[in-house]
Amino acid sequence: MFEALAFYVFASVLVASALMVITARNPVHSVLFLILSFFNAAGLFVLLGAEFIAMILVIVYVGAVAVLFLFVVMMLDISFADLRKGAMQYVPVGLIAGGILLLELISIFAAWQFSPEASKNAAAPTPEGVENTVALGRLIYTDYVFAFQAAGMVLLVAMIGAIVLTHRQRPDVRRQKVSAQNARRPEDVLEIQKISSNSGV
Amino acid sequence: MLEIGLSHYLSLAAILFTLGVFGIFLNRKNVIVILMSIELMLLAVNINLVSFSSFLNDLAGQVFAMFVLTVAAAEAAIGLAILVIFFRNRGSIAVEDISTLKG
Repeated sequence: MFEALAFYVFASVLVASALMVITARNPVHSVLFLILSFFNAAGLFVLLGAEFIAMILVIVYVGAVAVLFLFVVMMLDISFADLRKGAMQYVPVGLIAGGILLLELISIFAAWQFSPEASKNAAAPTPEGVENTVALGRLIYTDYVFAFQAAGMVLLVAMIGAIVLTHRQRPDVRRQKVSAQNARRPEDVLEIQKISSNSGV
Repeated sequence: MLEIGLSHYLSLAAILFTLGVFGIFLNRKNVIVILMSIELMLLAVNINLVSFSSFLNDLAGQVFAMFVLTVAAAEAAIGLAILVIFFRNRGSIAVEDISTLKG
């Protein structure tokens, strides 16, 4: 009973906030609704017994990705009203494509059920009496260790790529050069002139 | 109705995925909202993976959901970086301007 209530609350808020993400006029509001939808998805994951994924979703998506979006939206000085101009002409084709996709997906899920052998094919059966995080940790660092390392490599490449892309050398900015300052010697720049007295410089 | 089964979660994920697709059509000019729609679609995929994992008692689905999260974070970082340098060059982020890029 409580589970059903929680599911319907999370699901309805999730769908409503996803709708607001794509229809909000101001992209800042879109990002904030995206954060709300991530929180509700995390709630659904907790209901499903996947606490670790729920926490990762909150930390990675809300803490990093959504903040990155917010940063970019606020940093770029864009006239969003111009971008929305003419958007309504794509609504019919979008509704048709989306509606067909939704009908197909729902009809698949309604008419579909597990085969009796499906549970025997589990790649990594959930162990009994072990917390979700512990079980996932045991799995990631043993059976899926190469995939885990590959995921780390993907993140490293993304990090380097983002830095390389956005880094720029600006020649018009005068910066402090510490090595040049330290390498400067008095004999290079100072000169002692003999000035005859009473004649001025 | 009160018994929450796998089909409830799958239907929810289908609705969310469709909203993501619809968002790409609706915001064809705004790359930022298109990226957010892609995030919504990836979230729907994650809901599918985790619900199958939960109902089949197979942890592999959650491991794959984690990898999807990783790739989504990398994609958002690279996509937004490209967006920032494009905005520096052109002063706009309209999609039809991006299609004129060459070389």
